[in-house]
Amino acid sequence: MQQVMEATDALDVSHPQLYREDSWRPLFARLRAEHPVYYCPESRSGPYWSISRYADIIRVDTDPLSFSSSHLHGGVTIEDRVAASFMQMDPPVHTQKRRNVTAVVAPKSLAQMEGLIRDRAGKVLDALPRNEEFDWVEQVSIELTSMMLATLFAYPVEQRHKLVHWSNVLTADLDDPDSPVRSEEERQAGLQDFYLTMMELWQRRQKEPQSYDIISLLAHDDGVRSASFDEICALFGLFLVGGNDTTRNSMSGGAWGFSQFPDEWRKLKADPALAGNAAAEIIRYQTPVIYQRRTATCDVVVGGEKISAGDKVVMWYISGNRDESVFPDADLLRVDRPNARQHISFGMGPHRCLGARLAEMQLRILWEEVLARDLNVEILAPPTYAFSNLVRSPLNLRARING
Amino acid sequence: MQIIFRHVEDGERIVAASEGDNLMRVAQANGIDGIPGDCGGQCACGTCHVYIDPAWAERIGNVEPGSMEEAMILGAPVDARPNSRLACQIDLTAIHDGLIVDVPEGQ
Repeated sequence: MQQVMEATDALDVSHPQLYREDSWRPLFARLRAEHPVYYCPESRSGPYWSISRYADIIRVDTDPLSFSSSHLHGGVTIEDRVAASFMQMDPPVHTQKRRNVTAVVAPKSLAQMEGLIRDRAGKVLDALPRNEEFDWVEQVSIELTSMMLATLFAYPVEQRHKLVHWSNVLTADLDDPDSPVRSEEERQAGLQDFYLTMMELWQRRQKEPQSYDIISLLAHDDGVRSASFDEICALFGLFLVGGNDTTRNSMSGGAWGFSQFPDEWRKLKADPALAGNAAAEIIRYQTPVIYQRRTATCDVVVGGEKISAGDKVVMWYISGNRDESVFPDADLLRVDRPNARQHISFGMGPHRCLGARLAEMQLRILWEEVLARDLNVEILAPPTYAFSNLVRSPLNLRARING
Repeated sequence: MQIIFRHVEDGERIVAASEGDNLMRVAQANGIDGIPGDCGGQCACGTCHVYIDPAWAERIGNVEPGSMEEAMILGAPVDARPNSRLACQIDLTAIHDGLIVDVPEGQ
């Protein structure tokens, strides 16, 4: 019995400590090789299935009829959550509600943002100290993504640290010793300020002509206006985390990746046209969102295993992105990887990341601007990662620009 | 056979194709902008979304009733219309000769 328990413990990949210590690779390699569709009978969040191979993840992600995202089943995180934005809904309602907000990141909006993003990236890089240690996460990743978020929300840019704080509260793992909140109640209390601030902005925007920020688009959309208070709050929360943590973490992950694979940086320097592909590869390599959960709506077979109606099913994007049958030398960052864009970090299927193009653009521009300045960025130590099984978030990254 | 791609900014491009080719791969092989096809043709990402010229849509059919996957993924693009298809799901046969495809403004 004890042996069984040990084997089970060994294959519970939901424990946040694994990501804190960055020690998840061998466990997922074993899952992919031996138990690609694996039932974990016990974890801190109860039993769940682990889907670890690329092809099986796509199979689940593109079948919303069998694998529901609905908040009525507990949503998209291993721990049941009640938030109900369109992310926690199924087609056809999901489809309609998602469409209401896609204009935020439509090509026209992106083209308008590109100049601003480039300008800011340049200013942030120019302001970094030379020949002196600084924290890349704080001074580059957080700085740039929080400014972007303030722009998307048309929120006062000088108060952007509040957005970062709220995002941290929203994603905090309650077992994290450094978590800003200790219980769901505390989390909700901590977010009241965010929701009220956003609601106030939302109401004000309703009286103004429509512009291209998220709040304004939501304020002028009939479908959103008729939504419940809770649903609108959940939407704000989705944009807050989606627009902040993910890109932040890829900006940090890219800096760390280039420090580990300096030849790849030289390759990019020799051929800056690779920047777009490099952005996709960095997003694969980092995998800022570790997993998404679904709930089986019927008995369904995946990879020869019978999943029962009602079971929790976890798609480990972090593992799909390391699947050697799709990405040879998956642990290596390769800026010219031919199929980098096939990474699974944005998910696949109807819930695929809405902000994918914006994220890629932000990352591409950051590295283009580093190249344009020919900055010699040295990373002085490996990052410390957040205690979280959901977001792969480097908390700090000691860096120095030499020269 | 020929396929005609139309793009708001880039204008019209006529490219050669063969029976058995896949529409998404034809677009990519000919450097047609605006059809990234991120997932590589697995009907999973929705980024090879195109509009089939209305005159053609009738001839080659809309999303087939059985093709739930394509219908689901087509929920994702903001600008899906009744004549929307995923290029990766169209394998070319003789009936596609001269097909006119409109490329969305961006995806």
